[in-house]
Amino acid sequence: MALTTAAFDWVRTLVRKESAIVLEPGKEYLVESRLVPLARAAGATDVSAYVDGIRLRPDRRATTAIVEALTTNETSWFRDGAPFQAFSTSVVPALKQARAATRSLRIWSAASSTGQEAYSLAMGLKDGVVSEGWRAEIIGTDISSEVVEKAKAGRYSQLEMNRGLPAPLLVRHFTRVGTQWQVNDDLKRMVRFQQLNLTSSYAALGQFDVVFLRNVLIYFDLETKRDILSRVRKVIKPGGYMFLGGAETTLGVDDNWDRELIGRVSVHRPKNGGQA
Amino acid sequence: MRALVVDDSRAMRKIIAGALRKLGYETVEAADGAEALKVLGEGPLPDLATVDWNMPVMDGLTFVTQVRANREYRALTLMMVTTEAEHGQIVRALAAGAHEYLIKPFTVEALEEKLSLLGLLPEVSQA
Repeated sequence: MALTTAAFDWVRTLVRKESAIVLEPGKEYLVESRLVPLARAAGATDVSAYVDGIRLRPDRRATTAIVEALTTNETSWFRDGAPFQAFSTSVVPALKQARAATRSLRIWSAASSTGQEAYSLAMGLKDGVVSEGWRAEIIGTDISSEVVEKAKAGRYSQLEMNRGLPAPLLVRHFTRVGTQWQVNDDLKRMVRFQQLNLTSSYAALGQFDVVFLRNVLIYFDLETKRDILSRVRKVIKPGGYMFLGGAETTLGVDDNWDRELIGRVSVHRPKNGGQA
Repeated sequence: MRALVVDDSRAMRKIIAGALRKLGYETVEAADGAEALKVLGEGPLPDLATVDWNMPVMDGLTFVTQVRANREYRALTLMMVTTEAEHGQIVRALAAGAHEYLIKPFTVEALEEKLSLLGLLPEVSQA
């Protein structure tokens, strides 16, 4: 049975309230496909029946599970390719000059999902940065505590490993454990994951040289986008950078950013060098 | 772009060749390494060969080794597409001269991403 309007409306209100992520009408299929495993696990006949059960007797664990199921995304290694190329060939060399005194880089993967972006960045920083005695720290955050745990474990299925990871990097940075692949410890030590809702405070995160905020703003309404961008500006060190997803922009949302084109990739930098 | 699909399973050849054609490739097929070498000998040289590991007559690793030993085939990009998934096997295939390694089962997105890594995703199919 298709998802009822009442069930869909209840779910999107819940997700909007808990995560500020907006599920427009027309996303019923998404809600249904993501909630099928939860409905099955709960023994419900279908997703509408599952949602109805929780609507009548709200239960924190169930509502958290629903929000998490709808706020996580399938992801690949070096997703979209070009931003990582721009990072390695232009941004990192520029930062190596700018930060020569401290020899330290901090990167924030701000919607880290199951960790592929953060570990991809770590692979990119291993040669030429860490190998030259620099310190590189990558912080991955995600709203879903479930995916944060998976990212921390650094263990991936064969299907996940097939997604965009160059074979030479696979053999260098992963070890096969049963049917899965485990990120090697040297890479794992460069990356730290924690649960964070992008609508809450970033005060505990510290300052960053580069923020990857890709393919997450699209889920928020304009006011929330503006709020997130203005607060991300404040955690970027002077001379730092932000990467957005290919379909995302600061234009008309928060105009306190300069855009620079590296190849066909737009990078964003806080105007006037940023605030310390 | 042209691709040579080397696999002893006809069903698997169909899947891989079908996915490649959707991306804009012309495809030719071979059921084992020896047949694949024959196809290469008859020319023209494809841009890509997808190569299964376990095949009768001549296996994929031997095929890769022989292709890499022939300077005329230098421009051919080789991607293993196989169920063999041990760390050591991937190392062996790369050492023999394979450029990429895709493990079965795989999704069309995964195939596309591998081609993109190799710079072999036809422009028309790039988003």
